[in-house]
Amino acid sequence: MIVKFIDFFRDRLKATIWASYAVLAVLVVIDIVLVDKSHAHTWMEMKIPGWWSLYGFVACVLIIFVSKWFGHLGIMTREDYYD
Amino acid sequence: MIDFLHPAFILIVGALLLPFIPRPLKKAYLVLVPLLAFIDVFLFLQKGTFGIVTFMDWHLTFGRVDNLSQVFGYIMTLMCIIGTIYGLHVENDLEHIAAWLYVAGSLGVIYCGDYLVLFLFWELMAFSSVFLVWFRGRKESLATGYRYLLVHTAGGLALLAGIILRYQANGGDLSFGPIGVDIPSVSTYLIMIGFILNAAVPPFHAWLPDAYGEASVSGAVFMCAFTTKTAVYALCRGFAGMDVLIPLGVFMALYGVVYAVLENDARRLLAYHIISQVGYMVTGVGIGTQMAINGTCAHAFAHILYKGLLFMGCGSVLHMTGKNKFTELGGLYKKMPLAFVFTLIGGLSISAFPLFSGFVSKAMIVAAGFKEHMLWPAFLLTLASAGTFLHTGLKVPYFIWFGKNNCSEETWEKAKDPPWNMNVAMAAASILCIFIGCYTPYLYTMLPYPELAAQYNPYSAYHLSETLQILLFTALGFFLFVKKLAPEPTISIDMDWPYRMGGRVFYWVARKPIQFVDNCVSEFYRYVGLIPLMTQAKFWSWFDWHAIDGVVDGIARSVRGLGAIARRMQSGQLQYNIFYAVTIVAVVIVAYVLA
Repeated sequence: MIVKFIDFFRDRLKATIWASYAVLAVLVVIDIVLVDKSHAHTWMEMKIPGWWSLYGFVACVLIIFVSKWFGHLGIMTREDYYD
Repeated sequence: MIDFLHPAFILIVGALLLPFIPRPLKKAYLVLVPLLAFIDVFLFLQKGTFGIVTFMDWHLTFGRVDNLSQVFGYIMTLMCIIGTIYGLHVENDLEHIAAWLYVAGSLGVIYCGDYLVLFLFWELMAFSSVFLVWFRGRKESLATGYRYLLVHTAGGLALLAGIILRYQANGGDLSFGPIGVDIPSVSTYLIMIGFILNAAVPPFHAWLPDAYGEASVSGAVFMCAFTTKTAVYALCRGFAGMDVLIPLGVFMALYGVVYAVLENDARRLLAYHIISQVGYMVTGVGIGTQMAINGTCAHAFAHILYKGLLFMGCGSVLHMTGKNKFTELGGLYKKMPLAFVFTLIGGLSISAFPLFSGFVSKAMIVAAGFKEHMLWPAFLLTLASAGTFLHTGLKVPYFIWFGKNNCSEETWEKAKDPPWNMNVAMAAASILCIFIGCYTPYLYTMLPYPELAAQYNPYSAYHLSETLQILLFTALGFFLFVKKLAPEPTISIDMDWPYRMGGRVFYWVARKPIQFVDNCVSEFYRYVGLIPLMTQAKFWSWFDWHAIDGVVDGIARSVRGLGAIARRMQSGQLQYNIFYAVTIVAVVIVAYVLA
């Protein structure tokens, strides 16, 4: 059952991807239009539309690239390094 | 009726009796003992102070039961049930005994009221858990276990030194409570080092991925729950409001995330995320307000369940296939669908997805930070939570169950869903993760400050929108740059480098310079000491032989010579005797006459 469920989406990969983009867009729209921001902690959250979307995306990209850059400075090494 | 039965006592006695239980009853017994401990904590323990034992001049307190110890006692015994069920197929009694003694150590620390009892159980934890590494039975396990033990012994010594200094400074007071973070002394810092070493705060953290990546499949499920969270309990109890813990905790949360990107071994990746998650808790302790302590306890509670679940999920892949590296796995969703779903639930929980446990616990710590206007810690912790979803929620499931299929033919053949007991344990943990996320009063009423927790609502529209945006846009980033995240067959150098390589430097120093000095001393001794000594000895030997023996032998030879002459004269023939006698008499007479 689980496998069928997964395969259902894998067989319609294009549609799934477009649906995912739509979800992201709707999320930002809801945030801008509907969500009450009077309790937000900082001005950035109130003034910048879709602030947390931007934050999430930038955070993800930063983590990937900074970590990989750091790793390739010599931190990542061959598996038998300590042998 | 006894008013206090220590849950650790149930586990210790249970562990000691285990080898005598007949085989057909063993599985039932294995479930029964942790269940009894849980029922003891849940139903029978009353608030108050019990189990005071007088030993020499000290009053040792084994049973301090209050809100803080109860929430930790509850989750520890609950996790003990789940972990034991997960390891039910393990035939080696010793592994179960080690696990239960380990949990008993943790419970002993949680319910203790003074530093001496704390230290006793603290060491019990270290010395029983190391067997969970050794029972993996690989060649590397032995070395890893010894490293684990050495690091924890060092931490234990720092703790002991702190306790002794504190004992002296306080005039013999050993009670374990808020340590006085406003006027920290050397003893405060030493005790803190002992605690944060077990909480895996950098730079004292490298033992964690080292040991948890190498532990046995069910051993790792126990280890990921108890050591670090017991340390979090001890920090909550003693160090609430210690400012230095805020930067340490935030650094930890990010450090774990960075190393998780680089990691190729699934269980080591999860281990780095323990460091990251415990970072939230350490920050919470550092903030130290009631809300932050609530958040820390809630997060520890949720963390024990979802991290246990994740270790069970990845452990089941290791158990079935013998592989744990992303570069040797992939595409397994058709072969191990149940393990995938359970691991995904763990991943969504740790990532704080709405309706999962992490959502209702992690947010409390971040909110406490924002409330105290600590914007940098709060924003950085949010950044770390994006990283958590990136790895544990996305990378782990993707590269094991989807992605490029790196399985060898043998791995692919072996892969299928794990035995029933593992599935039951994972299902139980999954249900709890979702239940905690959906029904907040279950967890919130157990927290140290339940009235305050009841006022907190994580499901506000703003928080929901904020979390969903962060997580889903992180997912977008993941799928856009998934090639960049492709696993590489490497290991990462971490803070264990100094002592792993340091050990080698020690060997080298022992082999080269010390050996050289030793040789020099030997040579010097040979020339200056040995040769004159031998010459002298030879002289005395000669002197003894020729002089002393000469004299002694000379006398002996003279006596022997005389004896020989006398013997020859004593021939025993009468005519000779008469001849000698007459001759002597004749000579005497002639001499007399002539004189």
